[in-house]
Amino acid sequence: MPSPWRYSLAALVGIMAGLGAYTFVYARGYSYFSNRPEACANCHVMREQLDSWQRGPHHAAAVCNDCHTPHALAPKYFVKARNGWNHSLHFTLQDFPEPIRIHQFNSEVLEASCLRCHGEMASEMAGLHCVACHAGAGHGPRRAR
Amino acid sequence: MKPSRWTYVVLSGAVAAATFLLTMLLVNIRDRKQEARETHVQVVQLTEATVEPALWGRNFPREFDGFQRNNEMHATKYGGSVPFSHLERDPRLKRIFAGYAFALEYNKARGHAWSLVDQDNTRRTRERPQPGSCLQCHSSIVPAYRKAGAGDVMKGFEIVSSMPFKEARRLVDHPIGCLECHDPATMQLRATRPAFLYAIRALKKSQGVENYDPNTMATRQEMRTYVCAQCHVEYYFAGEHKIVTYPWAKGTRVEQIEAYYDEIGFTDWTHGETGAPVLKAQHPEFETYSQGVHARAGVACADCHMPFLRQGAMKVSDHHVRSPFEDLDRACLSCHPVPAEEMKARIEEIQDRHAALLSRAEDALIALIDQIKAARAAGASGQALDPALKLQRRAQWRVDFVNAENSMGFHAPQESARILAEAIDYARQGQIAAAMAR
Repeated sequence: MPSPWRYSLAALVGIMAGLGAYTFVYARGYSYFSNRPEACANCHVMREQLDSWQRGPHHAAAVCNDCHTPHALAPKYFVKARNGWNHSLHFTLQDFPEPIRIHQFNSEVLEASCLRCHGEMASEMAGLHCVACHAGAGHGPRRAR
Repeated sequence: MKPSRWTYVVLSGAVAAATFLLTMLLVNIRDRKQEARETHVQVVQLTEATVEPALWGRNFPREFDGFQRNNEMHATKYGGSVPFSHLERDPRLKRIFAGYAFALEYNKARGHAWSLVDQDNTRRTRERPQPGSCLQCHSSIVPAYRKAGAGDVMKGFEIVSSMPFKEARRLVDHPIGCLECHDPATMQLRATRPAFLYAIRALKKSQGVENYDPNTMATRQEMRTYVCAQCHVEYYFAGEHKIVTYPWAKGTRVEQIEAYYDEIGFTDWTHGETGAPVLKAQHPEFETYSQGVHARAGVACADCHMPFLRQGAMKVSDHHVRSPFEDLDRACLSCHPVPAEEMKARIEEIQDRHAALLSRAEDALIALIDQIKAARAAGASGQALDPALKLQRRAQWRVDFVNAENSMGFHAPQESARILAEAIDYARQGQIAAAMAR
């Protein structure tokens, strides 16, 4: 007969699993597997980016993932996982610097996305990232009058 | 081998710790969701009579946190909120303001929290008679206007403004507060200062817009400038009742305001060394900013002086109103994606160049004062000196318009340089006129 210790350990693991599952559902963790732009504003700080994208010129052509993640399945989920971990960690700890800026790693992902659609037009250009000049392409002009 | 009892203890402990952390995360997510849902909880019923900021603070604790820090003092290279004496730092000002109250005491202003006590304590109000007009911008005074005018704020404004300062001072007991800029029922931004409401109407009329009322006609972004422009402007005391008035009927540029003063024959004081009928400029920040590139781009005062601040899932305007230099990351870098050091260097370069030009303009003005005095000592008649005195008025107005403005040129660098170049030109022309008046 298994020892009573086993039963209590099993109970504890069960509680943790249940709590974890609830937290996952409550935090809409499943939404991160989708392409829906609203998922990016789950943790509130991306509200401005979501709003500005809705007013921006690429609104009809591209959602967040089209520009901010690679398109092949494995790299896409790698980037999602990497950013997901960093973002949720720093948002929970509230230790991120302001204003929020794109990192080098994600900047490269973004540049590759520009070229995926506009590569033919931009093939002659070198050195500068597209958004250095087309800053408003994704999120529109910075300020409303 | 059967696991020992201690293995279970350790495993249970680890699972318990993980569950503990998981629960913390769950509660944290709940808190953030809660913050994102509600912007405030109404604890106190605020009315037009609620002057006490602490009561507003119960409904808006995050904004109030920042507001309470308006008593802090921090120095920047040229400005900030540490009250140094302008007269000690730049002794030329004593001669430039000779014969005027500003030659007695002229200190760098501190934050909003000090607006009333610093006014009580300056030698300009203790040793010189001043009107109740001053309190329009140094206190939370609108309820007092409403009372004095028996319900009519605009009428009360005229009654209180024409009282002697000491008498009017008894009607107020709070420095700049919440009511000044916010509607207590809706929290919407609003302009309350009567002098501003009159002046912006006159300004808009000069641009072809009749009966302008910022509270119903301005955009939200414009209001984020207008609430500051209620007070951070050039003004004078009009007529025998000394009603505080902003001279914008011809426009807000330096020569438009000068033309307004010339037309009504206004003079702030007679210069103590030369007898010239001169003007004193009072912090024309709104007027200067209006000529700059940030105004052109639709950036409001609050964008840089009260930048957005994240607190958890909330975004609040920082109510600690201060030099953008003190929070460069939020104030500048949210629009200018460059390193903070580079931004700081750019600003300081603008300000250093401006300070050097301002210093030259003051030297030119002092040289003019010396020359007029010398001409008088050599027997030049009053009438012969008239052109030189008029040029002193022009040069003085321009030097002071730039000097009294609190940004060391940053609000509009090119316009400020233009004004200083004119000032230097007028001062040197004045020297020639004085030399010829023999």
